[in-house]
Amino acid sequence: MTYVEAVPMTYTPHTPDDVEAMLAAIGVGSVEELFADIPESVRLRRPLEVEGPMGEAEVYRFFRSLAAQNRTVHDLVHFVGAGAYEHTIPAVVQALISRGEFLTAYTPYQAEASQGNLQAIFEFQTMIAELTGLDVAQASLYDGATAAAEAMLLAARVTKRRRVLVSRALHPDVRDVLRTYAFGPDLSVDEVPIDARTGATDAAALAERLDKDVAAVFVQYPNFFGVVEPLDVLFAPVREAGALAVAVANPLALGLLAPPGALGADVVVGDAQPLGVPLSFGGPYVGYMAAREAFVRELPGRIVGETTDGEGRRGYVLTLQAREQHIRRERATSNITSNQALMALAVTITLSLLGKRGIEDLARLNAQKAHYSLQTIEARTPLRRVHTGPFFHEFLLDVGVPAKELLARMCERGFVAGYDVSRRYPEYPTHLLVAVTEVRTREEIERFAEALAQAVSGS
Amino acid sequence: MKLIFERSVPGRRAIEFLDAPSFADVPLDIPEAYVRKAPPELPEVSELEVVRHYTALSQRNFGVDTGFYPLGSCTMKYNPRILEVVASFEGFRDLHPNAPEELVQGALAVLAGLERNLREILGMDAVSLLPAAGSHGELLGLMLVRAYFAERGEQRDVVLVPDSAHGTNPASAAMAGFRAVTLPSNSRGRLDLEALRRALAEHEGRVAALMLTNPNTLGLFEDQILEIAERVHEAGALLYMDGANLNALLGVARPGDMGFDIVHVNVHKTLGTPHGGGGPGAGPVGVKGFLADYLPVPRVVRDGERFTLVEEAPKSVGRIRSFAGSFGVLVKAYAYILLHGPEGLRRVAERAVLNANYLFSLLKDTFAAPYPGPVMHEFVLSGKNVKAETGVRTLDVAKRLLDYGFHPPTIYFPLIVEEALMIEPTETEAKETLDAFAAALRAIVDEARRDPERVRSAPHTTPVGRLDDVKAARRPVLRYRTPERAQ
Repeated sequence: MTYVEAVPMTYTPHTPDDVEAMLAAIGVGSVEELFADIPESVRLRRPLEVEGPMGEAEVYRFFRSLAAQNRTVHDLVHFVGAGAYEHTIPAVVQALISRGEFLTAYTPYQAEASQGNLQAIFEFQTMIAELTGLDVAQASLYDGATAAAEAMLLAARVTKRRRVLVSRALHPDVRDVLRTYAFGPDLSVDEVPIDARTGATDAAALAERLDKDVAAVFVQYPNFFGVVEPLDVLFAPVREAGALAVAVANPLALGLLAPPGALGADVVVGDAQPLGVPLSFGGPYVGYMAAREAFVRELPGRIVGETTDGEGRRGYVLTLQAREQHIRRERATSNITSNQALMALAVTITLSLLGKRGIEDLARLNAQKAHYSLQTIEARTPLRRVHTGPFFHEFLLDVGVPAKELLARMCERGFVAGYDVSRRYPEYPTHLLVAVTEVRTREEIERFAEALAQAVSGS
Repeated sequence: MKLIFERSVPGRRAIEFLDAPSFADVPLDIPEAYVRKAPPELPEVSELEVVRHYTALSQRNFGVDTGFYPLGSCTMKYNPRILEVVASFEGFRDLHPNAPEELVQGALAVLAGLERNLREILGMDAVSLLPAAGSHGELLGLMLVRAYFAERGEQRDVVLVPDSAHGTNPASAAMAGFRAVTLPSNSRGRLDLEALRRALAEHEGRVAALMLTNPNTLGLFEDQILEIAERVHEAGALLYMDGANLNALLGVARPGDMGFDIVHVNVHKTLGTPHGGGGPGAGPVGVKGFLADYLPVPRVVRDGERFTLVEEAPKSVGRIRSFAGSFGVLVKAYAYILLHGPEGLRRVAERAVLNANYLFSLLKDTFAAPYPGPVMHEFVLSGKNVKAETGVRTLDVAKRLLDYGFHPPTIYFPLIVEEALMIEPTETEAKETLDAFAAALRAIVDEARRDPERVRSAPHTTPVGRLDDVKAARRPVLRYRTPERAQ
């Protein structure tokens, strides 16, 4: 093993004199001696075959050229959502979360030196509880899909039951992740069909499947097809059957829609990406979970509580840690340690900027632009919305040809026209899911309808 | 400090939507029952107030950029700023995960390139970049184990975990449907080989895996790793490596070469992406070839000149999260590898180990040192001598360190060391910093002798004093309520 010397840019500050002095203090002759515990036969006797080293300028060039191979929301006008949404992110958000004190901190184990993170998380918990209409919230999960999986495990613990019902209008990624997580604890995940006309979860089919084995029922709000589910109607029999009613909600929509907590949900989970987190090709995003007070000790992950110091000053600490893996080990509510605190901070700052009125204005504007888009499309093309249920900012169109074909034609015209639903729903072979957010302008919407008209007529 | 809600003034706003009035006439056919009746109680503040509030909060927070952060097993190294810059390129940041594949070829090339480099660093045949954190990687790893034995028709339900392991190991085992059985460490701080032999015999045919952290949480290399691997494999079980401490091994030794079948790497530790106050990180998992078919979807596959995301794989455990991973974090990890290159990565390990041994040499007479060096990238001391002599606990010492401007080390972990202090300096710290930190700890022990109350009542210089954890847990206050609603 040889001591490596001439490497550009390594971010290690040691001069040769430092190394010598440190080795002398330790009482060894070489760095190699410090690795004496590693058996000879497993030591790597050649340099790693990895790329680099590159100087900063070269790293810029490398990634610039890869980034240039992508076509972003600035290159084509996007009408695609299906679980990740393009929204305006106030400049303030990036500026604040880039501060080194936030960016380079770790989990706030030492409360007195981490009041910034702890208080921000307490604010996040408050905002999520407010939006969802539930009592308590925790401090962020990886994404909406894993948040749903944690809710499933919570429901199985609370009810001691082993079966979970999921609406077929629940995001396919979320359904898949539930199935994956169900494999370990041996839970079963069964689907509830969609009412083909309204696009909402079939209430009669749900009631039929409810029995004493059902731990939880998952309904998305608004659902994968954009439909605003009648949560109160769906959840009433769920609670009667002793199962937990879990809503998977887009938190932005909750600025306009009645909070799930008021419609009978016991737990609300979701992805807070729409509130200040960049698209970033799918992550990092941030999951959230809110619940009724009764389940607070069953929540996974970090929870921040208010307390005081010796002089009575208010402060915040990580609390209810007896649920967590570092204390409870195999009996913990979850194995979560690192989560998405920085993304939760971005959400907290975004919600602070939006405020009480702004969140409603933004949610309403999203819905209005989506409704306007549908009107315009229906007026100028032969395309019609498939479902009749009320919708928020996403809707399903039958485009009459495989959606992939139409998407390709629309790309040539400068649009990403939506999501090819056949990728995950064989029953919708020629269907396109269109999402419209506040970033779309009236002019873009009109050009989109025109382009669709041309593309469907094949001209 | 005030909460953002307490700065609220009715009617004040930071954001208005200028084109909202022109869409106001568009009717929404949402039934009344599903329209929100009262707005959520979010703050009503101006943009400047938001900036000042969160800037003030940041100033009440300690990060690596603020000062030395020797939190053991967390590898709080300096994060080169260029990583942030490249991850925020528009071509990455503003890229939709559901855009057609032709539009995201650059992103898929990033994922494929990082995968290739990680395979080499880990000495593994296949890598999944999907896990969102180290513990998520552990969970995936154990799901792979479960899927592997399920296909072979073997009923193995036991996972062995050393008593020095991170709490995530047994917690992940439980989530994946296994029973965790604890193995003791020997007097040298390593896994007790005899205990391993007994456990494998006692649970013959039932052990699915041994989860081993290497170097372990005492900062010691498991020098009997080859024998351990042999025993585990003889018993038909798999060997999992918790890669939390991989920083010590970069370019020096590879998990795959030591006999590990599965390993996760915490990119926010080893590959220097910032920890973000607890996340986001990422926890890619590497496996030997015989486990590759079980890896989760989607997987990036090269198809001639283009990349494609494969969503269907018959033996796959399925999907473990949405979309194709924490892409933004993975870009940073890739950039970190490129900046360092083969020799730079090896130097990371060498300097991390040098720093740890140097700091250990400065402190091993001040505190009890339960295990002799050389250590790897971190070490564990015990404050039991200080406690016995002065009544001052390790917790008190840690809090007093805050007054000296240092973030405390990890304390009371691993559980097998009394009054533990687990210190990890990392390779990015200069000798002067280590000298100053050691001097501070010695000064605190001195204070503990002369004025123990001063130490026990620390910290004295932070925005709040020592906080009452018991009160917080007994009657949890987990959210703010406006005064009217608190009534």
